[in-house]
Amino acid sequence: MDRALFPEGLERCSFGKFALWLLFITVFLLYGLYAMIVIFAKGIVVTGLDNYFGFGLWITVDLAIIALGAGAFFTGFLRYLLKIDQLANIINLAVIVGFICYSGAMLVLCMDIGQPIRCWFGYWHPNVHSMLTEVIFCITCYCIVLVIEYVPIILEQKQLYRIPFIHHLAHNMHLNMALFAGIGAFLSTFHQGSLGGMYGVLAGRPYAFREGFFIWPWTFFLFVLSAVGCGPIFTVLIATLMEKLTGRKLVDYKTKALMGKIAGTMLTVYIFFKLIDTWAWAHDYLPTTGLTFDQMFYGVIYGKWLMFTEIILCGLVPAIMLITPSIRNNPKMLYTAGILDCIGICLNRYLFTVQTIAIPLLPFDKWQTYAPNWAEWATTGLIVAYGFLVLSLSYRYLPIFPQERAMNK
Amino acid sequence: MSGHAFKEFKINWGMVIDLDKCTGCGACMTACQVENNIAPMVDASNKMRTLSWMLVFELSNGKPAPEAEVAYLPRPCMQCGHPACVPVCPVVATDKNEEGGIVSQIYPRCIGCRYCMAACPYHARYFNWEDPIFPKGMEKALSPDTSTRPRGVVEKCNFCHTRLMHAKDKARQDGGDPEALAEGAYIPACVEVCPTGAITFGDLKNPEHKVHQLSKSKNAFRLLEKLGLKPQVYYMSNREWVRKLGDNYAAGGKPGAEKKHS
Repeated sequence: MDRALFPEGLERCSFGKFALWLLFITVFLLYGLYAMIVIFAKGIVVTGLDNYFGFGLWITVDLAIIALGAGAFFTGFLRYLLKIDQLANIINLAVIVGFICYSGAMLVLCMDIGQPIRCWFGYWHPNVHSMLTEVIFCITCYCIVLVIEYVPIILEQKQLYRIPFIHHLAHNMHLNMALFAGIGAFLSTFHQGSLGGMYGVLAGRPYAFREGFFIWPWTFFLFVLSAVGCGPIFTVLIATLMEKLTGRKLVDYKTKALMGKIAGTMLTVYIFFKLIDTWAWAHDYLPTTGLTFDQMFYGVIYGKWLMFTEIILCGLVPAIMLITPSIRNNPKMLYTAGILDCIGICLNRYLFTVQTIAIPLLPFDKWQTYAPNWAEWATTGLIVAYGFLVLSLSYRYLPIFPQERAMNK
Repeated sequence: MSGHAFKEFKINWGMVIDLDKCTGCGACMTACQVENNIAPMVDASNKMRTLSWMLVFELSNGKPAPEAEVAYLPRPCMQCGHPACVPVCPVVATDKNEEGGIVSQIYPRCIGCRYCMAACPYHARYFNWEDPIFPKGMEKALSPDTSTRPRGVVEKCNFCHTRLMHAKDKARQDGGDPEALAEGAYIPACVEVCPTGAITFGDLKNPEHKVHQLSKSKNAFRLLEKLGLKPQVYYMSNREWVRKLGDNYAAGGKPGAEKKHS
């Protein structure tokens, strides 16, 4: 039915099967849209947030997907500026995943603020001292860059590409992509850092507060490193998931292993500094606030196991796995390390968001706990479903994977 | 680390709350709600969502009877000298920029991101989870000076700022200096209503105001002083266990020790 729209020389599943898949995604989309409408109509009173937990699942998701989407800017930087040509095999997917992550994050942010109608105030009345201002500006600008990077991929759609103007436009956009990759790398580095800086500047929250360099707390640099330590491998995991779902080979293993090596190298650098940072925080900083390491944790829900899982099991272990060639070259081990890596970074974002504000600092105050409710989960599901939808449509109709034809002969 | 330079002011409006005089009656909380047009909630059973600019905490020495003792600690906004909330606001909806050092909150500017709430270790900032609904007839008793706030913005104690405006106006009308108000010319509603006189209010920098001396008393302390936020609200108590509950000492250190970091 839609065969004429398929990329040149490539097979796709039947339209009926694809329609069923879209129907499955639509269930989550509709449920999420319903939750979103309820939130916009009644306000965030319908969520599980409260005065103690002003930040919760949404901010965690925001930070996590922006870190996971870092594959776009870092792969673009390596492909277009450092000229690592092998990454051309996966750069289109990295861009699409980045676009999904950033546009999804912006949607979540619009739901998260109490006055969505004032969302433009961030540009109109910016506080130049706030890390969040930097985040708002950089995320918006970088999302525009990602749209510019995504457009030529759309223009290469078989039928569109036959129109001479579009053909030339796409060609010329490709020629100038190094410029956008450079702008993207600059913007993304800054807002990944600013997201870390958002927590590092919280002088009243000892779990997150850090000294630093000039105006940037150490968390600024740690967030940049951790994002580039997980973004590339997340792109590999998405490619592999797409291979499993479609039953076709899309990216050669050599490219995947290279992405694993890149992520592993950055993760190793990150974990090295993260361990030093954590030790200095617990040993030097916390005592100045009159608090102990033990007081930062509570029961199982906010227990130490979270931090050890984040730094050791999902940080140090995957870092070692990814930088060891014999482990990295084993597909199962590469994917396992990738999953651990991504879980570790998501856990890091969760701890900086929720654990930070869960700790009762007033000696006469008590620990409070937070659990997201249906509205937060449904809208998070909406973002995931939106990602699947964009990826499904892009895969079916756009030439994303340059190696696909040769690998599936 | 924020790069935000804080202003020094000639006047520092502040409080000294004598915890040995506070009976925990809650009159300050009620006066605050009335003065600032805080609507009663339809369902206030979830205390994590109520609006309590002034909140009274119960403190306990943790000992069994007959040594058991309690104290009550009223907690307004600390109007910190180095507020954690001000530099983080992305839209300058909160500022510490006016003579007197009161941390402002600009409701029509606030986007409700709640970053300031995450920044404040005293939980002195509150989010409007719902639009205010005043029971029939109550609208006639609202203060004409204080604007009501819509759903989705953050609010907090501002030392009844409209009273400061009125006091300044009166000083001008009387031919006085609005920047040199006499003690008692401006006091927040909670101070005025306290039946035991536990809250003293004035200019912390003015030797003619009682708070100036009281804040220097050996029994005076501030909450979480080690974090370096320099609150303009002081507490005092003759009881050491009460003073010790003002900060954390688990890792050693003495009450009132200065923090190490900048």
